[in-house]
Amino acid sequence: MKKNLPSVLLVLVLLLLWQGAAMGINAAYILPSPTGILVRLWELRVPLFKVHLPATMGVTALGLLISIGLGLLLAISMDWNPKLEKALYPVIVASQTIPTTAIAPLFILWFGYSIWSKVLVTILMTFFPIAITVFDGFKSTKREMEELLFTYGATKKDIFLKLKLPTALPHFFSAIKMAIPLSVIGAAIAEWLGAQKGLGYFSKRMMTQLDGAGVFAPVVLLSVVAMLTVWVITIVENKLITWRKEI
Amino acid sequence: MLRFEGVSFRYPEDELGMVENLSFQVADGEFVAIIGASGCGKSTVFRLINGLERPDGGKILVDEKPIETIKNYSAFMPQKDLLFPWRSVEKNVSLPMELGKVPMGEQEKRAALVLEQVGLADYAKKYPKDLSGGMKQRVSFARTLLSGADMLLLDEPFSALDYLTRVEMQEWLLAQWAHYHKTILFITHDVEEAIFLAKRIYIIQDARPFTQMESIEVPLGYPRNREALKQGEIVELKESLIGKLRRSVSL
Repeated sequence: MKKNLPSVLLVLVLLLLWQGAAMGINAAYILPSPTGILVRLWELRVPLFKVHLPATMGVTALGLLISIGLGLLLAISMDWNPKLEKALYPVIVASQTIPTTAIAPLFILWFGYSIWSKVLVTILMTFFPIAITVFDGFKSTKREMEELLFTYGATKKDIFLKLKLPTALPHFFSAIKMAIPLSVIGAAIAEWLGAQKGLGYFSKRMMTQLDGAGVFAPVVLLSVVAMLTVWVITIVENKLITWRKEI
Repeated sequence: MLRFEGVSFRYPEDELGMVENLSFQVADGEFVAIIGASGCGKSTVFRLINGLERPDGGKILVDEKPIETIKNYSAFMPQKDLLFPWRSVEKNVSLPMELGKVPMGEQEKRAALVLEQVGLADYAKKYPKDLSGGMKQRVSFARTLLSGADMLLLDEPFSALDYLTRVEMQEWLLAQWAHYHKTILFITHDVEEAIFLAKRIYIIQDARPFTQMESIEVPLGYPRNREALKQGEIVELKESLIGKLRRSVSL
């Protein structure tokens, strides 16, 4: 706790400044105060928690799961076969130059307001860090260790399972921690563009009503959920990986 | 018995060869040290023996069989311990047995026995991060032993240790050798270490590529103690070896 003190203080100061500025401007439809947002969050708790949060979490979870599967598949195949690496790597990198927000309406055109248009946006935003980070993890395997295993008669599969997989595990966790906030952003953007429920959609609806605090409330909720998830993943990671510093 | 017959080898990215038409042999149960200046190709000899590199010409035979046709004839212990940080000591030493598909129960039994022998029975469940440098090298040695190979290739295994630990580990290694009767090839650039440990020393003097290694017998029996290193004859041997090595080093 003590080591976090400076950052906690900084956040408190920023919140105070925000509160002061909001009270000074005194126009909640432009800049709602933090306390105003909390109050609105409480007032809107039933639709937010019962309808919109579950909808967004559904998109996020599904998108993230598919991204993990796809990312791992890509990373493993690129590691397995250098030809695949040559073919896939540039395409994966190029895929990141597609402006997701610009292409998202196309997905809505294809899949309508169903969950898949939003899941697709989420996947597009998250599979990349997972594939590339995990692939780099495989590549970071020490060559000497690989050779040592080879002298013990290890097959390619043995080397993958006994050396590369554990070596890449810390990278995998880093990738997940990067992907969680991105998946939330992806889901929210997609909902913003076209949905009938979800926190992104809710935020947009509040905007049309010039309800500043109502726009912020779902955003705060999203951030808190993303932070909590990353925190839980970090705990799991610390339990599972005790050797990070020694590689 | 290990035998090199006219072996030549060049790394594809190099212009100069590393080894050319090299022949030498090592008898079963022998403790042989290979000394030479840095970069002279000592480690390449090991890479050729354990199959990490294939010779461009010549033959490498173990018990008169080409090494391409046999398995698990040698075990390599690198300079760095290369222990897997995510595996306990016990699991680290079991690695070669796991790869050799030794049944689980048997793995545990052999690992326990060897850890006992190297004096680390109490550390079986610990992780590499909990061990000192000397202990890590002992675990690494135990892992090499458990590969079941009869020929151990030790590549400067103690060079990263502090002086006192190194001296202790040398005595420890001789005791292990006496116990297990394995053939040991030991690379080092420390002349005194080579004399203290080995029955015979191969010295590489040529510039690249080297074509021969001069074989020098160490006139000491076993068991040995450090006092023997002070004998006039041994001091002379040490000086002459250092002289030979210096000539081969061009600054």
